[in-house]
Amino acid sequence: MIVPKTTYTALEVTDLSIGYASNEIANAINFSLSAGELTAIVGVNGIGKSTLLRTIGNVQPKLSGNIDLEGTPLEALHSKALASKISVVLTEPIASKNMTVVELVALGRQPYTNWIGSLSPKDKAKITDSLNRLELRHLKNKKCYELSDGQLQRVLIARALAQDTTIMLLDEPTTHLDLYHKVQILKLLKSIAHETNKTILFTSHEIEMCIQLCDTMLLLDGANNPFGQPCELIGSGAFDKLFPSDTVSFDATSGSFRIEK
Amino acid sequence: MGSQKTYRISFLLLLIVLVASFVLNTSLGSVSIPMSATLHTVFGGSLDNDSWEYIIWNYRIPKAFTASVVGGALALSGLLMQTLFRNPLAGPFVLGISSGASLGAALLIMGSSIFSGILTLGWVNDISLAIAASAGSFLVLLAVMVVASKVKDTMALLIIGLMFGSITAAVVSVLSYFTKAEQLQQFVYWSFGSVGNLSWPQLWLLLAIIGIGIVLSILSIKALNALLLGENYARSLGVPLKKSRYTVILATGLLAGSVTAFAGPIAFVGLAVPHLTRQLFDTTEHKILVPAVLMYGAILMLLCDTVAQLPGSANVLPINAITSILGAPVVIWLLVRKRKMVF
Repeated sequence: MIVPKTTYTALEVTDLSIGYASNEIANAINFSLSAGELTAIVGVNGIGKSTLLRTIGNVQPKLSGNIDLEGTPLEALHSKALASKISVVLTEPIASKNMTVVELVALGRQPYTNWIGSLSPKDKAKITDSLNRLELRHLKNKKCYELSDGQLQRVLIARALAQDTTIMLLDEPTTHLDLYHKVQILKLLKSIAHETNKTILFTSHEIEMCIQLCDTMLLLDGANNPFGQPCELIGSGAFDKLFPSDTVSFDATSGSFRIEK
Repeated sequence: MGSQKTYRISFLLLLIVLVASFVLNTSLGSVSIPMSATLHTVFGGSLDNDSWEYIIWNYRIPKAFTASVVGGALALSGLLMQTLFRNPLAGPFVLGISSGASLGAALLIMGSSIFSGILTLGWVNDISLAIAASAGSFLVLLAVMVVASKVKDTMALLIIGLMFGSITAAVVSVLSYFTKAEQLQQFVYWSFGSVGNLSWPQLWLLLAIIGIGIVLSILSIKALNALLLGENYARSLGVPLKKSRYTVILATGLLAGSVTAFAGPIAFVGLAVPHLTRQLFDTTEHKILVPAVLMYGAILMLLCDTVAQLPGSANVLPINAITSILGAPVVIWLLVRKRKMVF
């Protein structure tokens, strides 16, 4: 377990309640992330993982509570300023798959470019750096529709990385991928978080992998939403009640789930 | 870097073809004038034959200019719509802009027939027709924009545009049922489309409106590029979504609305040209695509008009028919060849 040295608090969420005016989806969410931390949000379907991510990304308003980015309340940030603080990788497909990889990654520089979007040498350096880090150099002139799911996911992550924000939010970045590519994406995210000191928060259903790879985890369980290092969560028995115990049970020694026969 | 290709050769090629199409368009017509005389006049010389000079300066050159402006503007509005709605089938017709113009023209021409007590026939001329058509297209555009502020989903907006188109088409057919044969004929002639009826002052007015549309489009380039990812991604990149959406819709309204007002509803250019341009310029970068579709649209319209005027004969075919006959197979060919329409 590599625990990054705590530098400063990048994201702090206190007493957050999320959902829609008529329908609260989750409440009592509390956690705090340091710079360079890789964190997974896990929980059963429909518990509000994506809603939480969308709320932090300012796509939908919170119901109550606080979200602070490096000490500044989220709502105090102008959309332009926010674009240099938070980047996203969404589950929705990109609208035009006719873009080349490098064109798509270059769009990540939009918050920094001039009115017509000309790329400065610094922008180009950031783009090249992102491409290299996500091992996309040989694919850079390919069209997006020519890529496999795993490659496209890496391109979208490269775009978010090129946006050069303190926080990266990813909604289910490993869905539709096979085991190898799931691990590849998660390991890449881990190395990005640790080497570039970015805070990465993502939702996932791969609880066992997240236990092995993440620095911290937030477990949305519809009650007190425990947050902490995976070993702490295992120790406190947080995973035990995640699924109905007559179907799936958690084995604390191996950190994995077992199907009850 | 791949994204920064300049496409200099492609642009040079387009420019050469554009100039050639322009000269070809001005040199051919119902009266045959030698190419050398045309070239001489186009580049500022004077001719001994006064009637030739008159024809070239007061008929053919305004017509060629109109064709270029009309083609470029329609093509640009098509590109804007395709990116805004992230739909390869979008075009100025889809938002109901052209049908709005038709409604305006129909109300003026055929309404004056039905309510002949209020409006006299002499009232219908080119200028009033242009005003009515513009008013119609902006009315529909306004309605679409009001709905756009309520509906977040652009796909829904696309369907609403189509519905507006159906409503106006229905009103037009009801009107034509009650109208006299002469007025119906006048409306049908307008709906054929024509680039040959504009005088120099009208052309300048059209050019000014199109100019504003082009400037608004250029200001939207960055937002258009971001919209290629989708609206949520664009917002996360700091694009002011609402403002950009209004700017693009306004630009489309100015481009397609004014063209339809002055030249009638011209089909397929707006839809087909952006796809043709993407064959030559293999990029999604709007900095390249905006000037490219302007030039490509102008070329296509000039060539269609050259065919429509049936060189050497006194007859002129409806330009709307020519653009459809050429445009529809091109779209089908693109679809079949690529198996899907990418944009």
